[in-house]
Amino acid sequence: MAFLEAHGLTKTYGETNAVDNLTFTVEKGSFVSLLGPSGCGKTTTLQMIAGFEDPTMGKIKLAGRDLSAIPARDRGLGIVFQSYALFMHMTVAENVAFGLEMRNVDKAERKRRVADALELVHLGHLANRYPRAMSGGQRQRVALARALVIEPELLLLDEPLSNLDAKLREEMQLELRRIQREAGVTTLMVTHDQSEALAMSDRVLVMEKGRLQQEDSPFEVYERPRTSFVSTFLGKSNNFEAELKSVTPTASQLLIAGRGLTGPSVNLKPGTVEVAVRPERIEIVDAADAVITGTVRERIFLGAQWMMNVATPLGDMLVIRRNAGRREAEIGDTVHLSWAPEHMRILPLNEVAA
Amino acid sequence: MNEKPWMMSAPALTLFGVLLLVPLCMTFFLSFNSFGFYTGIENTVSMENYVEVVSDSYFWEIFGRTFAIALATTFFCALLGVPQAYILYRLSPAWRSIVVLIVIGPLLISVVVRTLGWAILLGNNGVINSALQNWGLIERPIKMMYTSGGIVLALTHVFLPFMVLAVWAALQRKDPAVEAAAESLGARPFTIFRRIVLPQVIPGILSGSLIVFSMAASSFATPAILGGRRVKVVATTVYDEFLNTLNWPLGAAIAMLLLASVMVIMLAWNRLVERRYGEALE
Repeated sequence: MAFLEAHGLTKTYGETNAVDNLTFTVEKGSFVSLLGPSGCGKTTTLQMIAGFEDPTMGKIKLAGRDLSAIPARDRGLGIVFQSYALFMHMTVAENVAFGLEMRNVDKAERKRRVADALELVHLGHLANRYPRAMSGGQRQRVALARALVIEPELLLLDEPLSNLDAKLREEMQLELRRIQREAGVTTLMVTHDQSEALAMSDRVLVMEKGRLQQEDSPFEVYERPRTSFVSTFLGKSNNFEAELKSVTPTASQLLIAGRGLTGPSVNLKPGTVEVAVRPERIEIVDAADAVITGTVRERIFLGAQWMMNVATPLGDMLVIRRNAGRREAEIGDTVHLSWAPEHMRILPLNEVAA
Repeated sequence: MNEKPWMMSAPALTLFGVLLLVPLCMTFFLSFNSFGFYTGIENTVSMENYVEVVSDSYFWEIFGRTFAIALATTFFCALLGVPQAYILYRLSPAWRSIVVLIVIGPLLISVVVRTLGWAILLGNNGVINSALQNWGLIERPIKMMYTSGGIVLALTHVFLPFMVLAVWAALQRKDPAVEAAAESLGARPFTIFRRIVLPQVIPGILSGSLIVFSMAASSFATPAILGGRRVKVVATTVYDEFLNTLNWPLGAAIAMLLLASVMVIMLAWNRLVERRYGEALE
């Protein structure tokens, strides 16, 4: 049975639905990300689970009990805020002890648990410091220890890494995942950073405009995006229109820029569709094998790989090629592009874009 | 080129110099002159005025009363102002602008009019005493006019906005998520206020106290109307020395002593604030 369940969760502000009929579940002990651009409703969802906002409609259940009548202070969730929200007038140990004090945990027990929590985040030696004398990464750990010390059933992370610089962020991704695994706590993270969500989560929930777009493992969301939005929001993607001629249980027939192509089977009716191909799946081939031909417009050398922008009849296409030590096409050269049929994702046409 | 900023601030500096520094210096020098009942002000230099003030228990009492009133006013302003600022901070923007207007309302009315209003309320035949007597709650009127308590009451009313605004500014500087964080850890609203919000606005309370204390210690119109001849404070004593006794040098010496003592208290207070809270809260 699912540990955290949201059923038809809706939050309306005036005329607009910030969160629109959202239904999802989180398994016990797993790390799940709510991923989406700013304004997609992910933070509002977190606020409703935390109890700081009341849902307009819908239900949230944690371990089988309905949360709607329970005030935020009695939900017993651990929350790490984007700004960390540390109590600046208290030492690190006092910050971490606060939640235990509120639960009337006796002094000896409190001391032991605070020490354990600080040990978990590797801050045992800084217990008597004030947060103002700490770096961003250390403050983050304090916030984490403060949220975990109350042994919450659910840990909520609100953009936990967005205030850190790039290098520290990568370090903290691994660190956060280690801490989560050691503490064994079910975690829901809100983020707009797709690489963060892919790197850390067991499952990713992609949201757009208050709606759930796709729920899958990180590999599946990247490999098998189900909508045009998901394909472009996670990683880079070349999306173009094509004509779906016919579908069989094992394959599909496509017409791309006047050329017939066999693709993977898809649950769509024949008509105009959108096709997405990842830039790293496109190969440069001989003229005879080409799906499409174009001219190199820009070329950037990134060390491990080359990134090229190729102007084709389908529009500009991004091609990423592993640097294999060979010479690559120069700007202005004509190149022939091809990709394996299984690397094509056939998606319903996105009405908004185009 | 470097002279330009000076030129631009020259009008303000001139105004400041002519209207504040010159009279202040003149008062300072005046305080060393002597006064004879028949001879008037004599252009001598001595410390006799200061000696007279410091050695007379009459003046000690007046100084003591003045600072006691200022301290009590500061205390009550903090007591009322801090919750008021917190309520203001928690209100929705539409309500907030209405309440801000109510808070700064007392400042929009002339001090004399406002104080006379208090006199109408507090007098032996005033509104409060008449009402209480009519309801049969008291037999004889409670004495509120011409008492230190009445002065503290009226001064608290006037200076409350300064405290509210100082504390409100401190509230706006803090991270709004800390209250949510405390709530998520299981704290009740009163605990959040006492353990989380209050400690973070102490710098605001202290700077508000500084303003209220110095203004209360040097206030004139309110103690003059509500205290009358019987409850004298330093400012009204200076007034009397200048305009009734005509002993300008003595009045000047009292004024200088008030200025010096308020400054000493303010500087000491400021150092306390800076040492304790200077870096504690960014």
